[in-house]
Order: sequence, then C-alpha cells, then structure tokens
Amino acid sequence: MHPLKRKSPLRRIVLASAATVSGMVLLLSMKPHTSPGLALAAPPPGPSSSTGASSGSGGSSGSGGSGGSGGSAMTGTKTVTGDSVPTRYGAVQVRITVKNGKLTDVTAVAYPQDNARDQEINRYAVPQLTREALAAQSASIDAVSGASYTSAGYQRSLQSALDRAGG
Amino acid sequence: MAELADQVNDPAQAPSVLRHTEEVMGTVFSFDVRGGEPETVRSALEEAIAALHRVDEVFSTYREHSQISRLSRDELAVGDCDPEVAEVLALGAVAERLSGGWFSTRYEGRIDPTGIVKGWAVERAARHLAAAGARGVSVNGGGDVQMYGMPEPHRPWRVGVSDPLRSGGLAAVVSAAGSDELAVATSGTAERGAHIVDPRTGRPAVTDLVAVTVVGPRLTWADAWATAAFAMGSREGLAWLESLPEVEGLLITAGDEVRCTGGLAARWG
Repeated sequence: MHPLKRKSPLRRIVLASAATVSGMVLLLSMKPHTSPGLALAAPPPGPSSSTGASSGSGGSSGSGGSGGSGGSAMTGTKTVTGDSVPTRYGAVQVRITVKNGKLTDVTAVAYPQDNARDQEINRYAVPQLTREALAAQSASIDAVSGASYTSAGYQRSLQSALDRAGG
Repeated sequence: MAELADQVNDPAQAPSVLRHTEEVMGTVFSFDVRGGEPETVRSALEEAIAALHRVDEVFSTYREHSQISRLSRDELAVGDCDPEVAEVLALGAVAERLSGGWFSTRYEGRIDPTGIVKGWAVERAARHLAAAGARGVSVNGGGDVQMYGMPEPHRPWRVGVSDPLRSGGLAAVVSAAGSDELAVATSGTAERGAHIVDPRTGRPAVTDLVAVTVVGPRLTWADAWATAAFAMGSREGLAWLESLPEVEGLLITAGDEVRCTGGLAARWG
C-alpha cells in the first residue's frame, strides 16, 4: 500500500479488536506539556469528520485533510487520516482504519525522516501509541504475558479470562 | 482446574484444539494445543503435566525435602539428584555469566534456581508437545509464554503484554509472525511486589522499572533476561537487551513511560 509502510520502523500496528469504536474519529494528538508519549484522543466530531461508514468523500491515500477528513472504502470500512501533529520528535501523522466499527489498523503516514529521531520514535513514541490504542480496545490475543502471578492471582488475570472464553 | 476438564473442539476439522489449565509450581499453567494426532497429543499433554509436577517436587524451595532444599543444606550432591538439577544449574550459571551477575541462582549464599526453573519448565513442556506432532503450541506458565508453530493456517500466535499500571489493560501485543518459535517473559512488581533481588546486595532491586518484557525464541533465556534487566533499571537494562542477539525488550517505568529495543517494532502484533 503506502510505501512508508514497509520501510518505516513505525510499522503497521494491527489491532484486531473486539470493542467497538462506533464511528469515533481518533486523532493522534500531542500536548507539549504532557507525557512524552503520544496520546490517542477523540475530538468532538468536526464538520469534515462525519461518522458512519457512508462518508464517501476523499480516499485513504493519506492526503491528510485538515481536521481528519474521512474517507471510506468498502462496506463498513473507513479510513481516517489525522492532522499532522507536532510531537517532541517532529511532525507525525497517522491514518487509522475502522472496519465494521472496530479499529483495525494504525499506520504512520508521515514522521520525521531524520535518523536519530526515527530511532527515538521507534523506541519511545510507537510503544506509547500502541499502548494508548490498546487501552481502548480489546485485542485478539492467544495468551497474556505479565509479572508472574500466583494461583490466586491467576483468577483475576487476563489469561484466566482467555482460558474461560476458550480463546 | 486440576481435573482434565478439557475442551476438544471439532475433532473432524483440522486443526483440533486442546485446552487445559493446570495448577502447579505455585501458579497456573495454561495450555493451548492445536492440530496433530489427537490421541498422541493428549498423551503428550499428560506427560508434560506430569513432568511439571515432578519439577515442582524436585526444585521447590518451599518443600523441606525437595532435592533442591536438601542440596542447599549439603545433604545431597548434585550427582545424587535428578539429571534435570544439573541441567538447570548449568543453565543458571550461563545466565549469570551472560548477565554480568545480574541474574543469579544463589540467594543468601544458598542454591536457589527459582529464577530459571519456571521458564525452563514451560519451554520444555511446549517443546514436548511440538515434538509430539502438534502444529501449534502455546504454554503460559504464570505469565511466561512459550509458543511453537501456528494456531491456525495463516494466523500467527499473538501475545498480549499486561499493562502493569492499568489493571486489565495491555501495554503491547507481540506477534510470532514470521517465526516458528516465540517466547515472551515478563518480570515485574505488579503481582508479587518487590521480589526481585539485586544479586550484589541481596536486597530488593532498586530500579525505576515496574515491568520488563523480553521477547525471544526460547523462554529459558527470555525469562532470565527479563529478571536481569529489571534489576538493572531502565537505562542499563535497555542498553543491555539491545546488545543481545535475537532478543527484544519492552520496559515500563514507574513514571509510566514505555521503552523498547529498536527491533521490537518488527514484532508488534
């Protein structure tokens, strides 16, 4: 798809999610005075970011319309490219894909090209971004790694929920 | 839980799914085994479970009469123990050397291989199932995971990393895509408090970290490296993990910052 996708250390973060996003538009935003990580925020719907899968304007080519212009693809799939936002590492722009109401993909379409910064993003910003995105989603996973739990701790672990659900 | 109340799904359709949870070694082991000849795989699972209980008997430092307890009291020589004892102590010695002493199998001057036994036992159980012909194997021993193969055709195993600062949340998802083996081990204070000891002082490690997750091919090492990096702290721990071949790491600080090695991005789920 996008040439940046393969080369970039900001790799595609696929979120095979279970929770619904219900048309919510997520934008990568950065408040300079807050934590060094990147935060996913849900801004109030603007005029150009109409929710719902039928806002067929524009494409998903990363044109980066202001205010997160929406673009829809096939039935139930919607891609939104956020504004380019300044971060401590430089300007970063992401595109998200929402499929049938679920956030399925987060891709960086623009990011600092400078090598050192690139590394910084790779090591600090991307894990933070992933974490923030996952915090709002329930990812499709097979097992959970965490600090060693005891038999009692297992009962309230995510792993036990997975085991009960039978995957 | 200890009963073999397993779920075997769609035996006619490949791959079959065999799940089991087993309480052993002070925690719970979760098995997820796909494919293979059902009877053979089920026998292998029973053997793997029996082996884990044997490991508990032999290596537990909580059991007064375990071989490890008797070994540490000099009532027994290594040669008198099960051969696994020598094997695990040798692995522990390697881990101690490769970590510059940050990982240790001694505690208060006594032999205590607890830090390496679990990862080794999980890896061995998973390997036993893979060797029995299972197409996909996932064994999670109390938060440390070893996987082989794939759960389904065209779908890799995916492991969520528990977020220590947000109960029920995930800090990351790691995928086995492109690899036939994946180990994910986490050391941290979220579940059992400050139980990681700085081998140099014998006291709880002074660290700015709340969790370290290490990703690699083998859980024996991933588990030991997670423990060592946790004791080192974020700065030294990250640099050290970066220097190890085939190993990636994700570190979460008490200040709620997340850091990872440069190659981890390739493993994002």
